[in-house]
Amino acid sequence: MRVNFVASEVSSGIRRNLTMTMAVIITVAVSLGLFGASMLVRAQVSTMKDFWYDKVEVSIFLCGKGSDTPSCAGGPVTKAQRDQIKADLESLKPLVVSVYYESQAEAFARFQEQFKNSPIVDNVKPTALPESFRVKLSDPTKYDVVASAFAGRPGIEQVNDQRKILDKFFRLLGGLQLIALLIALSMLVVTVLLIVNTMRVAAFSRRRETSIMRLVGASNFYIQLPFLLEAAVAAGIGAILAVVGLVFVKIIVIDQVLAPSFQFTAFVGWDAVLAIAPLMILVGVGLAAIAAFFTLRKYLRV
Amino acid sequence: MILFDRVTKLYANQERPALDEVSLEIEKGEFVFLVGPSGSGKSTFLRLVLREERPTKGQVWVTGKELNQLSNWKIPALRRQIGTVFQDFRLLPNKTVAENVAFALEVIGKPASHIRKVVPEVLEVVGLEGKEERRPDELSGGEQQRVAIARAFVNRPILLIADEPTGNLDPGTSVGIMKLLDRINQLGTTVVMSTHDQAIVDQMRRRVIELEGGHVVRDQPRGVYGYAR
Ligand SMILES: Nc1ncnc2c1ncn2[C@@H]1O[C@H](COP(=O)(O)OP(=O)(O)O)[C@@H](O)[C@H]1O
Ligand SMILES: [Mg+2]
Repeated sequence: MRVNFVASEVSSGIRRNLTMTMAVIITVAVSLGLFGASMLVRAQVSTMKDFWYDKVEVSIFLCGKGSDTPSCAGGPVTKAQRDQIKADLESLKPLVVSVYYESQAEAFARFQEQFKNSPIVDNVKPTALPESFRVKLSDPTKYDVVASAFAGRPGIEQVNDQRKILDKFFRLLGGLQLIALLIALSMLVVTVLLIVNTMRVAAFSRRRETSIMRLVGASNFYIQLPFLLEAAVAAGIGAILAVVGLVFVKIIVIDQVLAPSFQFTAFVGWDAVLAIAPLMILVGVGLAAIAAFFTLRKYLRV
Repeated sequence: MILFDRVTKLYANQERPALDEVSLEIEKGEFVFLVGPSGSGKSTFLRLVLREERPTKGQVWVTGKELNQLSNWKIPALRRQIGTVFQDFRLLPNKTVAENVAFALEVIGKPASHIRKVVPEVLEVVGLEGKEERRPDELSGGEQQRVAIARAFVNRPILLIADEPTGNLDPGTSVGIMKLLDRINQLGTTVVMSTHDQAIVDQMRRRVIELEGGHVVRDQPRGVYGYAR
């Protein structure tokens, strides 16, 4: 194996085809960057899910004066009903982690705090807000257990799961994520096509060399290696650029811009970046390999 | 060395076969002219020997191997035993004479020390000493063909195939090329050469195989280009 010879063939091949090689590098960088970004968004969504689902609670609103659901036909909740509900909730441990009772006065205070700059505060009387139990579950997905046990029970106006709101939100995010992934995938396809085309041009511009190589009995490996290495070098540089871009996004966009401005949620950590970067490199190598497979089979036969 | 056993080659989309039931044998050490009008199947014959084409029917044996049964990955090994020379030289224009010859050794993975040793030797055999650093466009046609012959011979092949090697050269230059091929033959390499050049064939008095329309119409041990007239 003549390492020097192969290296000089590859570098002269890249120089001869410089504009095409640049196009490959940029396309690989952009498509892998998009791919990495969509993976990062995915990791971000799952980080947010962990963070938020951990905080959600089930709210059991009790009947007040104005409640008109069938379960509230008996008027506002009685002390006996309230104590029974509390006792039943406690008995659901360990699914129920904690139960917090919020009186009408507390609910009103919290409401005032939440909307302190808004004129609606003036139109809401303290008794308009229902008293409630705030229940935290060890496994938020087991919401149904609580709902079926308490919904419709006399004294309870309704059982509310914050998870449902989060679910809607995360479904929306999931849709966006899918679109991002589809865009990234179509870019990856474009990249494969571009690499195929570049290798074809390279094979054509070196047809003299390859025809001589064939005649003097160079092995397939020797004939194809310079093309493979060229594609691999271009794809490798593109992949490295894409990884650098990903690291840049993590440092600048996430850590310095987003995280300080949105402190109420968690952001992906370096572990996600560390998991995605090798995947990007792998996909980059895979692209070049797929492209090479198609090109070499067709244009560089013995 | 070469054995054709009822070989027929029909190219795709062609009605008439380029070679039709050709059987012949070429012994080790022979010098053979392949003559015949254009389109008679000379190049096809040579490409079959190189396994650049496969016969439609029949068997081609080269250096004891039947080429139909030769698996693809063994083709390079076959071609390393065969030197090839063409009418159009097929040199790399951006490489020097020495680099063109060295290229043939580099791509089959020969070590640099070996290349440094044998390239000057073979350039001397073909009479190009002192022109190692020239590029093909700084050489005459005859000199370019000598480079091609050096490249074909540098690996000391047991068989040399030349497809109209003097087709682009004037008669005087052709004589020099023929002397060189004769010398290579004397060194033990079997030479099979196709040609249109009547004067050369008549002069050399070697075996002549004449093709016409894909058939062997003449096979003479010490022939001339054509009979009658
Ligand atoms: N690659 C090819 N595809 C189809 N037909 C071909 C091909 N090469 C040669 N032929 C045909 O085969 C016949 C013999 O051609 P060739 O072997 O090149 O003859 P020669 O070298 O004696 O001029 C011709 O009729 C030619 O047109
Ligand atoms: Mg021909």
